[in-house]
Amino acid sequence: MFNFSRVIEFLPQLGTGLYYTLLISVVGLLIGFILGAIFGLGRISKNKFYSIISSVYVEVIRGTPVLVQAMWIFFALPIITKYNMDSITAGIVVIAINSGAYIAEIVRGAVDSIDKGQMEAGRSLGLNKHQTMRYIIWPQAFKRMIPPLGNQFIISIKDTSLLSVILVPELMFQGRYIASNHFIALEIYTTVAIFYLVINFSLSLLLRYTERRLKY
Amino acid sequence: MITVQDLHKSFGDNEVLKGINCEVEEKEVVCVIGPSGSGKSTFLRCLNLLEDITSGDVIVDGYNLKDRTTDINMIRTEVGMVFQQFNLFPHKTVIENVMLAPRKVRKISVQEARERGEALLEKVGLAEKADQYPAQLSGGQQQRVAIARALAMEPKLMLFDEPTSALDPELVGEVLEVMKQLAKEGMTMVVVTHEMGFAREVADRVLFMDEGIIMEENTPEVIFTNPNSERTKNFLNKVL
Repeated sequence: MFNFSRVIEFLPQLGTGLYYTLLISVVGLLIGFILGAIFGLGRISKNKFYSIISSVYVEVIRGTPVLVQAMWIFFALPIITKYNMDSITAGIVVIAINSGAYIAEIVRGAVDSIDKGQMEAGRSLGLNKHQTMRYIIWPQAFKRMIPPLGNQFIISIKDTSLLSVILVPELMFQGRYIASNHFIALEIYTTVAIFYLVINFSLSLLLRYTERRLKY
Repeated sequence: MITVQDLHKSFGDNEVLKGINCEVEEKEVVCVIGPSGSGKSTFLRCLNLLEDITSGDVIVDGYNLKDRTTDINMIRTEVGMVFQQFNLFPHKTVIENVMLAPRKVRKISVQEARERGEALLEKVGLAEKADQYPAQLSGGQQQRVAIARALAMEPKLMLFDEPTSALDPELVGEVLEVMKQLAKEGMTMVVVTHEMGFAREVADRVLFMDEGIIMEENTPEVIFTNPNSERTKNFLNKVL
C-alpha cells in the first residue's frame, strides 16, 4: 500500500515547499512579534487613541478566520489599493497580522502579570518609564511569554498550510499538487505531515531550551 | 529638606490625606506611626510622587513636586525608597540590583558601579551574596539589599515604607540595625513603621497620624511617655 520510493522523486518539489513554509513562518512571525509588542503595549497604554487602535486590531483579527483574512488580503484588498501583491508577500502579511493580534494579547498578559512594585522600585530609583520597561519589566515579562509564544508560533506555522488557497507555493500547496497529479495521496500527505511535525517538534525543543536558559 | 503644606490626597471619593503639614530638616530622622489605614504610607509615597498629589504643596530639596517644570526623575535620584515588599529585581543578581540605577541613570562606569555596589553590600553585611539571586536570600537579607540598592544612588534623603512589616520576627533586627547605622551617619530619613522600639531609640521626632492628619508631632520621649492627645495614648496603649 505504502510506496515511499515514489516520494523520493518528488523530494525537490517538497523541498521547495518546505523552503517557502519556513520563509513565510520566520518572516511572518518576526513581523508578528513586532506587531504584537506594539499593540500589546498599546492595550495597556494610558493613551486613549493608542489603546483603542490596539483593541480594534486585536478584536478584528481574532474575530475572523485566517482563511478569510488570506482571501481578503490576496483577492479583495487589491481591488481597493489597485496594487497586486504577489502571493508570497501576501502570505507573509497574513501570518504577520494574524499572529500579531494573538501575540499582542500574550504581551499584554505577561506585562500585566509583573507586580506593580517592580515599576515603582524602578521609578523610585530615578529610572524613567522607558528605562524601567526596558531593564526591569520587559525581561521578566519576556520569560513569562515564552510558553504561550511557543504555542502561537506552532499554530501560525500550521496556519501557513492554509495559504495554499492563495497560491503560495508552500509545503501543503506542493503536496496537493503532487498528490492530485500523480495519485499518491497516502505517501505524499504522510510525508507532508511528517515535515510539519519535524518543524514544530524542533521548535518545541528550542523553546524548552531557551526557557531553561532564562532561569533565575 | 522637605516641606509639606496642606497636602490632600484622594482616591476617587475617598480622601486619605486631609491636610498634612510638616517639615523635615536635613539629617533628621522622622518616624511616622499610627493605625493602619491612617494614611502613613500614602503620605510617604507622595514625597517622591509615587502617588500624585491631589492638592497642596510638597517641596523636596527646594523643588516643588507640583511644578510642571520639576523633573521628577531627577528628584527621585536624590530620594531613596525602601518598600515593605522589598521589590528587588528577581531577574538580576544582588550586585546587578545595586548597580543598575547608578549605571543607567548616573551613567557611571561598570567598574565604578561595581566598586560602589560591593562597598555598600559590605556595609549591609552581604558582600558574600553579591552573585546570588534575590530568591536565594531570606527576607531580611533581601531588605538589606534593597537598602543598599537605594543608597547606591547616593540619595540625600531616604524613605522607608514599613521596611520590617513583611519580615519574620527574628529577621527584623538585622534590618533595623542597618537603619540605625544609617541614621548615625547623618542620613535624612522618614520612616513609616510599627517598630515602636526603633522609633523611640532612633527618631529625632515622631509623627502620629490618624484619619489622614497628623494628630501629634513630638520628640519620642514625649510621645511615648506623656502624649498630648487621647488618640495617641489609646493607640500606644494597644501597641506597646
